[in-house]
Amino acid sequence: MELTKRTLLAATAAFAMAGAGPAVAQDWPSGPVTIIVPWSSGGGTDATARMIGTLLEDEIGVPVAVVNRTGGSGVIGHTAIADAEPDGQTIGVATLEIGSMHTLGLTDLTHEAYAPIGLYNSDPAALFVRTDSDYDDANALLAALEDAEDRAFKASGSAQGGVNHLAMAGMLLAAGMPPDRVAWVPSEGAAPGLQDLAAGGVEIATASLPEAAALIDAGLIRPLAVFASERLDSAPDVPTFVEATGHDFALGSWRGIVAPAGIPEDVQAQLIEAVGAVVQKPEYLSFMNDRGYATQWTPGDAFESFMEKSDAALAESLAAVGLAK
Amino acid sequence: MIIDHLGNALELVLTWKMALVMLSCALFGLFVGAVPGLSATMATAMLVPLTFFMDPVPAISAIVTTAAMAIFASDIPAALVRIPGTAASAAYVGDLTALTAKGRVGRALGISVTASAIGGVFGSLVLMFAAPQLALVSLNFTSFEYFWLALLGLSAAVMLGNASVLKSLMALAIGLMIASVGMDTTSGTPRFTFGSASLLDGVAFVPALIGMFAVPELIRTFVHRDETPPVAPIGNPFRMFEGLGRVLMTSKLNLLRSSTIGTAIGILPGAGSDIGSWISYAVSKRFSRKPETYGKGSEEAVLGACAANNSALSGAYVPAMVFGIPGDSITAIVIGVLYVKGLNPGPMVFLTNADTVAAIFLVFLLANLLIVPLGLLAIALASQVLRVPKIALAPLILGFCIVGSYSIDAAASGIVIMIVLGVLAYLMEENGFPVAPTILGIVMGLLVERNLVSNMIKADGTFMPFVERPIAAGLALTCLVVWTVPAVGWLLQRRRRAAARTAAKQES
Repeated sequence: MELTKRTLLAATAAFAMAGAGPAVAQDWPSGPVTIIVPWSSGGGTDATARMIGTLLEDEIGVPVAVVNRTGGSGVIGHTAIADAEPDGQTIGVATLEIGSMHTLGLTDLTHEAYAPIGLYNSDPAALFVRTDSDYDDANALLAALEDAEDRAFKASGSAQGGVNHLAMAGMLLAAGMPPDRVAWVPSEGAAPGLQDLAAGGVEIATASLPEAAALIDAGLIRPLAVFASERLDSAPDVPTFVEATGHDFALGSWRGIVAPAGIPEDVQAQLIEAVGAVVQKPEYLSFMNDRGYATQWTPGDAFESFMEKSDAALAESLAAVGLAK
Repeated sequence: MIIDHLGNALELVLTWKMALVMLSCALFGLFVGAVPGLSATMATAMLVPLTFFMDPVPAISAIVTTAAMAIFASDIPAALVRIPGTAASAAYVGDLTALTAKGRVGRALGISVTASAIGGVFGSLVLMFAAPQLALVSLNFTSFEYFWLALLGLSAAVMLGNASVLKSLMALAIGLMIASVGMDTTSGTPRFTFGSASLLDGVAFVPALIGMFAVPELIRTFVHRDETPPVAPIGNPFRMFEGLGRVLMTSKLNLLRSSTIGTAIGILPGAGSDIGSWISYAVSKRFSRKPETYGKGSEEAVLGACAANNSALSGAYVPAMVFGIPGDSITAIVIGVLYVKGLNPGPMVFLTNADTVAAIFLVFLLANLLIVPLGLLAIALASQVLRVPKIALAPLILGFCIVGSYSIDAAASGIVIMIVLGVLAYLMEENGFPVAPTILGIVMGLLVERNLVSNMIKADGTFMPFVERPIAAGLALTCLVVWTVPAVGWLLQRRRRAAARTAAKQES
């Protein structure tokens, strides 16, 4: 009995020392890594984060946990990332809403609270009508909108101030019309908005192409244009808005990995390298393609300036629709 | 057309690998469902990374099996310690606990397990044979139709329990007030949040559910310390099916009606199993020969609502498979997995991948049948909890309540919500106010408001469009009938009584 106890103690001590050894030699990762997702489990942001988490685990050799911190229209999760210890053990997914939340007056938090790791996805919004609609292309729809009274047309696709609402408002502004020309019917996200379009509740909807894929395949709705600077590989037949109408306008949701500001530079560099390797892996790429999510990798400072631009554009659109606080 | 592919589908389903996947997922689902505070959605989200390494059929069946088991298993803590796992089971939790208090926990859960399986099988069969056609019907529902449907759901409030109509309505109003906390859907303005970011999305639902049902029970355990009822005899759990056949036979109409209502409402992506279970509860009470027993341990009530609950779960897959429109958070996850597996949702999937789709439907059937043997096992194990004196169990239950309220959003605010609403519910129940209508108000309040606001925007503030579409008009008429018939009856009765009184006076 005595012997067993002593052996056990010795073994524990040896184990502890062995565990402590490499931790000193190697700063990061010093233990399990947590990825905070500001949106609920089951959504697109959650799915992509879990895929990255699973592959990151292989890449850096420590467990990676994905934690959903939902609530407050994204405020809670985005704040939790910013408030985490800046040691690289906690990172998170920032989404487009980091640029709109503070303009809506929900929080003081901006992208400046983060150290950028990399932008891994951005899905442009697109313009939809029902298949039996009279408007064959974006120009025809714009012409009808020109002649219509304010709020005669109704559109849906997101909550008030959500990315698809801002896409609609931005489109109208780019075409020289007041954002009030189309009344926005708020919905709980893209799917209910698109369903309302198919059911005849509204005439127009904005959403990303992957979100609408099944309804397009079913022949119930059709895309008129996509709000991007170039056509998408996944939908080469859908013209960009500028091609279709001559008005330059692009907007879409995006997702990127960030760390809390104040993280040591070498850890940030290691993170950029590790996540950068993950997003090149074939498993990741085929997952993203299968789900219809666009892939890209814009690391570090380029991601920072991307967030700055996105922030300014959102502030402008929100002011135009009267939601800026 | 599905029939033609059943042969190939059977080959895909009846393999050792599938048996292993389904069995382990079923056990996982049972565990998650039976532990209060762990949700079916959470379990399915955790499964997703695992499904990346599976073939399409095992991947989807893993999720389907887990979800079906978890939804049923959440009735176990509801019956034993009054912690309902989902909003859908909140409708009949009063009946479950009343049956447990009468020492008939085996019977209560026996009914729950059988009705869940029957409802689930019914929904699966509908899904197998009519999914594409039914999905088209669901596409006729705009916010106008959903508005009336949600109002109809709200009307169920007065049908729940046995409290007076006035007290039920007041309890409902409390729920509606709680539902108005959070960001206004139209203007994005925070309402009654007192600057707290945790309240921006409204009062978190699961903590509210745990607080309003479990906490009053805990408080009562301590307040009425000496009156703690004797520990309910458990009996032989393997005899819980005794006499069940007779119950099923006498309520076969109720079963059919509830399964149909559940499936029909589950198909509508804007409604889901919550409304399905509440409405079917109200309807089965309306048609019951013993409506006065509802809320006090009615077997019929549990039977109907459980069937509706599980059939709605299968119904939700109709719009998900055909149009990629999720009916609830679980189907939202499933849609993602379908894309990854190359089974892109859409009407075409029924032609291009007919074998796989037929196999998935078979899995639905099997998963719902698996509920019976595995559920029985879980009940037999879990019922041992009743051997423990309530007062000794209470701290453990409180621990589960706290963990459950916290884990949903990983936020301490959930615990505060649980405690505050728990104390409120205790005060309500002590004064004869039922809490089920309050829960209904919290669930439906947002749905009613959101659709009303959407409708007002679409209708430019006029009323006619609310009733211009045929289905909307039909639902509106149903609402009117549901509201006016009892009121007119009450008025007539009052007048008759008054006349009788005057007549009596004149005679004397």
